[in-house]
Amino acid sequence: MLSEFRDREIAKKILKRIFEEAKKIGKEVRFMDVCGTHEDTITRFGIRALLPKNVKILAGPGCPVCITPVEDIVRMMEILKREKEKMIVTTFGDMYRIPTPKGSFADMKSEGYNVKIVYSIYDSYKIAMRNKERIVVHFSPGFETTTAPTAGMLWEAIEKGVENFKIYSVHRLTPPAVEYLLRQGTALNGLITPGHVSTIIGVRGWEYLTREYKVPQVISGFEPIDVLLSILMLLKMLRNEEIRIENEYTRAVKYKGNEEAQKKIEELFEVVDAKWRALGVIQRSGYSLKDKYGDYEISNIYDVEVEELPDLERGCRCGEVLRGLILPTECPLFGRVCTPRHPVGPCMVSFEGTCQIFYKYGSLYG
Amino acid sequence: MCLAIPGKVVEIRDNLAIVDYGGVRREARIDFIRDLKVGDYVIVHTGFAIEKMDEEAAKRSIEAWDELLSLDDLDSMGD
Repeated sequence: MLSEFRDREIAKKILKRIFEEAKKIGKEVRFMDVCGTHEDTITRFGIRALLPKNVKILAGPGCPVCITPVEDIVRMMEILKREKEKMIVTTFGDMYRIPTPKGSFADMKSEGYNVKIVYSIYDSYKIAMRNKERIVVHFSPGFETTTAPTAGMLWEAIEKGVENFKIYSVHRLTPPAVEYLLRQGTALNGLITPGHVSTIIGVRGWEYLTREYKVPQVISGFEPIDVLLSILMLLKMLRNEEIRIENEYTRAVKYKGNEEAQKKIEELFEVVDAKWRALGVIQRSGYSLKDKYGDYEISNIYDVEVEELPDLERGCRCGEVLRGLILPTECPLFGRVCTPRHPVGPCMVSFEGTCQIFYKYGSLYG
Repeated sequence: MCLAIPGKVVEIRDNLAIVDYGGVRREARIDFIRDLKVGDYVIVHTGFAIEKMDEEAAKRSIEAWDELLSLDDLDSMGD
């Protein structure tokens, strides 16, 4: 079904049109992606190297585990230390390895604590069902696309009264982060809007950014043709001086999004101000469980004070990478001191981190 | 953790589907998808189907590019 979305001849035709549009525009234009999967497509297929010189693609804060605050990871680890015999903590594979000044979940595992990597929050739930005498906590990062599964699973736990299943929510909303960058003055001519976040929040979840900040957007799919076409659509808008939001990923994204998922998220969570590692506090950018469901949030149950810790090691430029100010190759640590085997900062740990993606695909970043 | 992938539904049991990703089969929760049928394509993210893949829309967009790109070819011949 998707072979056309990788067709070489179609890609060539689109590229030809991209070159024509870019030439007519003349000046440099900068587009940003804010999704690890988009960055993966762009770098894996060498899209930056194929584009005209005046079309630049920046990578934004599209990596939820990269921006998960150090203090939350440390607080989760402190809670687990108090309940060594009684508690199992689950999280995703990349979160498991994220470094903090106090170590990582992987370090705790090697010290004998019960930490498990899961592919889905559903796996954590199943672990909770099998271990009723233990508390099973899913340390739960992710944008809207991951918040929906968390809401779904939690809903079932609440309905079935599975009280030993808990979460630690570090879920975040994507549009407020883009808004934050725009307010901070990151210069953008267009946004390659994340298609999978959009399956949940719909086209309408992004409209205000175009309306209030005059940024053209194209909601994009993840095949190389999707991304090329989205770049072409943005260039066309710029050349015609149109500021709109368009949907390239019509096969998955509806105007209103997934209303079933939205309902569950809204029922369980409230939107709060929240910290993003290496970026700071962003207004109304975090999902916190509502008070009436507060018993399912582990950080409500254990009162653990955590001092403020440095977000990054000295020299790590992950913060500038996340803001789209530099590409990884501009960091002196990249590929020398900092590699996926020995990551210094979070952007090199996650599969969605821009640094790891650049490292993995070598010279294709153009 | 955020990579979402499309697959084909081969079996449905209550709120679970068995999804085939080009030969590899895995369970996916389908809590948020209405009217799902065997043979439908879904996009699965961390074990949950987040949306159905609309085959008609995919075909329509491919036809739309063909049209767009062939018209543009005619344009550029006149340049």
